[in-house]
Amino acid sequence: MTSTRRGKVVSYNKWGYIFLIPFVVVYLLFSFVPLVSTIYNSFFENYRSGLTQIGPTFIGLENFKTILTSGEVWVYAKNTMIMWILGFIPQILISLLLGAWFSDPSLRLGCQGFFKTVIYLPNLIMASAFAMLFFTLFSDGGPINSLLMQMGFISTPFKFLSNVWSARFLVATMNCLMWFGNTTILLMAGMMGIDTSLFEAARVDGATSTQVFFKITLPLLRPILVYVMITSLIGGLQMFDVPQILTKGSGDPMRSTMTLIMYLNKHLFSKNYGLGGALSVILFVITGILSLLVFKLSSRNESN
Amino acid sequence: MREVHSNGTKKGINIHARRGLAYIVLAIISILCLFWFLLLFINTTRSHSELNQGFSIVPSKYLFSNIRKLVKMGERLPILTGLLNSLIVAGLSAVLSTYFSVMTAYAIHAYDFKLKKFMFTFILMIMMIPTQVSALGFLQLVSGMKLENSFIPLIVPSIAAPVTFFYMKQYMESSLPLSLIEAARIDGSGEFRTFNSIVMPLMKPAIAVQAIFTFVSSWNNYFTPALILHDPKKRTIPILIAQLRSMDWSNLDTGVVYAMIALSIFPVIIVYLILSKHIVQGVAMGSVKG
Repeated sequence: MTSTRRGKVVSYNKWGYIFLIPFVVVYLLFSFVPLVSTIYNSFFENYRSGLTQIGPTFIGLENFKTILTSGEVWVYAKNTMIMWILGFIPQILISLLLGAWFSDPSLRLGCQGFFKTVIYLPNLIMASAFAMLFFTLFSDGGPINSLLMQMGFISTPFKFLSNVWSARFLVATMNCLMWFGNTTILLMAGMMGIDTSLFEAARVDGATSTQVFFKITLPLLRPILVYVMITSLIGGLQMFDVPQILTKGSGDPMRSTMTLIMYLNKHLFSKNYGLGGALSVILFVITGILSLLVFKLSSRNESN
Repeated sequence: MREVHSNGTKKGINIHARRGLAYIVLAIISILCLFWFLLLFINTTRSHSELNQGFSIVPSKYLFSNIRKLVKMGERLPILTGLLNSLIVAGLSAVLSTYFSVMTAYAIHAYDFKLKKFMFTFILMIMMIPTQVSALGFLQLVSGMKLENSFIPLIVPSIAAPVTFFYMKQYMESSLPLSLIEAARIDGSGEFRTFNSIVMPLMKPAIAVQAIFTFVSSWNNYFTPALILHDPKKRTIPILIAQLRSMDWSNLDTGVVYAMIALSIFPVIIVYLILSKHIVQGVAMGSVKG
């Protein structure tokens, strides 16, 4: 590069800043400022008691103390984790199996495009409408109960939404259905990236496909598996639409399907900005740490 | 890999058995995915009294009557305004998000400046932070700006979309040669014009994929719109779904309930089926992978 060229390049490069303006302005206004004011709010007592407004008064870390010692938040955190795990385990197992099959050249599966289209479909469905659909299908007088009764499995309707574990199981099923297609496609992309000579060498040595899967595919897939798990956990912490619509926001039966974001949503609607702020900050810190892990993981992959 | 067969018929049978098993499992999983939507479709075609009689897989003839009844609910469940509102919010979000994400990606991709690396790292780091954690401040900001019941706070923030940006950046690395931009400069094209008339057309495939994703996620979004839109005339479809959920179900026509769910789900399914090939490819490409 000659010096005259360089002079030109520099004059062009101010456009880098100019093209970044929309992103930066919108991000600062609609994401950064709200985040800072959420954190700010978490240090103030600020809620409505009937018609009287209490606060805002600075109370330091009192809100965090209230939230963390009330016990409620722990119950909701437990609910969220239970429903996430119930959905994630079948999701990752199915995805691994399907990913291995789709990417196995010796299996030569046909209609791959069709199957991928079908398994990805639930991911694009409006979660609230999907939850509404499950609510009507699994209601006491709904089609699933009448199907089960017609087939003779049960004699009286099973109250899916009044039983703690069946309600949680319904939420987990919906989450699993909505996300396993996405996970399958991600894992498959990872499996396709594995050097095929490794598989061929293993085959020559007489390894069975089960051995190949556990001894080669799985260990080499570990970074992507960790990535999938952490991103799914971040998504799981945001669980809201499905249980909110399914239980009309009550988290019933006995608040066993109430998630952390549903709890936050309650505070936002009742304008309890102090406790809502503290809860937001806690969630921000947790998701922030998880995001950092994802970031570290993917940047390490890139440098390899 | 094709040599497997030469190892003997035993291995050949093994492969056939495994392939058979794979097809059976895939068929079961596909049925599990589609069953709910099939049931939804069938139930949307059945009348209230038919639905009360129990489960059936035979479609009936009340599809249009159910939709007519839903539309006639008017003020109680303004489905037509809801559809229009959702369409406006999701459509404009998709346009703004893709245009400005290409612009942001172009800034990082095509220029060299001091904060370039910092900006790129920063955007990747904020990519995973959920919007819910700053919803409280967002809500205060929106009411401070007197933008409650307005679509602006649902549309404009999509300009800063880290995930869309990341996808555009990946795409540019594989299919936007910098020499092309050089050539445009030599021809005397201004930077902004180059961006609009050369970069944007070249990014069309990526824009199409991301426009669909942004449209769908905005169309499906329930959390933020529910906090901001209170005016019944401004409600989007997911809010109407929640409204339907909290209605008194004892005097509600079940056929209408299914029609409402069908109208919020099937438009997306139809668009998806038309464009599915690009979407499935897009998912794999957008993943943060090595």
